[in-house]
Amino acid sequence: MMRSTNIIEVRRLTAAYGDFVILEKISFDVRRGEVFVIIGGSGCGKSTLMKHLIGLLPPAAGDILIDGGNITTASGAERADLIKKFGVMYQSGALFGSLTLEENVMLAMEEFTGLSAEARQLVARMKLSLVGLERFAAHYPAEISGGMQKRAAIARAMALDPAVLFLDEPSAGLDPVTSAGLDDLIRNLNRNLGVTFVIVSHELASIYAVADRVIMLDSSRKGILAGGSPADLRDKNNDPFVHAFFHRQACEVPA
Amino acid sequence: MNFDPESRDLVLGGRLDAAEVSRSWKVLGQVPGGCKVDALKLESCDGAGLAFLWALSRTKKAVITGLRPEIAALLKPFDELPPDPADVPGRDQSLFAQIGRASCAIFQDVREQIAFIGEFTSTALLCFANPRLVRWGDVWITAQKAGVDALVVAGMVSFLTGMIMAFQAAVPLKQFGVDLFVVNLVALALLREMGPIMTAVVLAGRSGSAFAAEIGTMKVNEEINALETMGLDPMRFLVVPRVMAGFLVTPVLTVYANALGVTGGFLVMMSQGFPFAALWNQLVGAVGVSDVMTGMIKSFVFGILVAGVGCLRGLQTGNGATAVGESTTRAVVSGIFLIVLVDAVFAVIFYVLKW
Repeated sequence: MMRSTNIIEVRRLTAAYGDFVILEKISFDVRRGEVFVIIGGSGCGKSTLMKHLIGLLPPAAGDILIDGGNITTASGAERADLIKKFGVMYQSGALFGSLTLEENVMLAMEEFTGLSAEARQLVARMKLSLVGLERFAAHYPAEISGGMQKRAAIARAMALDPAVLFLDEPSAGLDPVTSAGLDDLIRNLNRNLGVTFVIVSHELASIYAVADRVIMLDSSRKGILAGGSPADLRDKNNDPFVHAFFHRQACEVPA
Repeated sequence: MNFDPESRDLVLGGRLDAAEVSRSWKVLGQVPGGCKVDALKLESCDGAGLAFLWALSRTKKAVITGLRPEIAALLKPFDELPPDPADVPGRDQSLFAQIGRASCAIFQDVREQIAFIGEFTSTALLCFANPRLVRWGDVWITAQKAGVDALVVAGMVSFLTGMIMAFQAAVPLKQFGVDLFVVNLVALALLREMGPIMTAVVLAGRSGSAFAAEIGTMKVNEEINALETMGLDPMRFLVVPRVMAGFLVTPVLTVYANALGVTGGFLVMMSQGFPFAALWNQLVGAVGVSDVMTGMIKSFVFGILVAGVGCLRGLQTGNGATAVGESTTRAVVSGIFLIVLVDAVFAVIFYVLKW
């Protein structure tokens, strides 16, 4: 079977909390090897969409295919296999506080591979060195800075060499310099390892720095407002909200 | 501010600030609808003053004249504010709505408890079939925290309870000349009821709360989500080791608490002049196998309940730091409630079985 060019396919996805519909029948694809960024104003459903993509929330309707497998319906062993295809970095890092960075990275390997303890430790150190934290392998999450925690979370997400990495607001709560460092890291991992990135963000500088393609969500339309490269959205899109977002202007959005 | 009850006109002047408004808010009740307000001398106005003006013009339909343009501009953004607070979308705070919400919350909680029991049972059976799935390291660490570290407090509570019961019983029983039977009373009460219950309550206070706080904090920090998306079942990773530790540790703690409680009772009796041998013979004669077994069976169940409900409350934690505090409280309260409830059920069962 030939691998399709799309690693993620979202088909007519409806996201809702009870009766409150947030996104209605949206469809989009993420191509293999690209950096795909989901943007939008606060409360437009970015994080909700992310939770659906990684299988934490079941959608009200629609399908999400990750590398051909449907995460909305998969269960048991099928779901376990699907989950190993991606890694997630949560907004706060969500490292396990009672484990060192190294142990955080080793946890999934311990469960899902037959590697010896020695081999696991070496792999964990290598993953940590990819994000520049090899010297902090024995530190606990509380002993390092917020930016470092996020990088460690990326290392942990890469433990099982997933094809896709989901990052939830990588630049939230970071200063511009640290944030730019994280952008460089994303670009390097994308180029050198061919990992596909799906990033939720609203940081303009970061979007320009990393994104190959962007989709913009909108709460009033409960769907995708626009899609394309960041430059296209900035220069060629006529929608007032897209224009306002990319030119950092306040905008009266119809409620 | 000057309100003339005769002409029913209001004259505003000077600074209309929070201090002034708090003195004159009651004027709003006295002015008639559609009265005239002269604001020519009004110099400045703060947020409270604006609210006063807004209430005059919107709820009292007063005609305000002479308002300075800069103050009128401050009032402008509130033109479309609905005059009636009921028009503002918000929570229905009526009694019915509150009862409804509370009932829904209770049903929701029961549903979650049933789902939790089912999920836990299936995971526990899976772990039973394949013990390699159990995180034994976590089991031992939790057993140490919940068990070994609780020795002092559980022991002290039980020892003192034994002494207190002996003291209290000694006087009335002495009146009938049967004070040796204090041993029966203390031993049976401890082995059948007090020992298991007090140990379980100590466990609920020390460990049930700790489980809820640990797991609740992990929930708030998205660590539970992280486990799930790493393909690691929180039930197997967090709940099974803790419940297993509770199951293993509670009976041992209960035996230890029972022993110390009886020792406390013995000490009191020996201070009254009874020889140890007489007390020991009385104890051996009084306590049967069923007395020990009923207490032990209960302590196993209490251990599972307290640890389980602690974990459940942790997993139910909502968002934010207050949510963690709430689930900790709920863990202790539910734990103690369940202990008493299940103890009552056991009392009936043992009565029917004549144990």
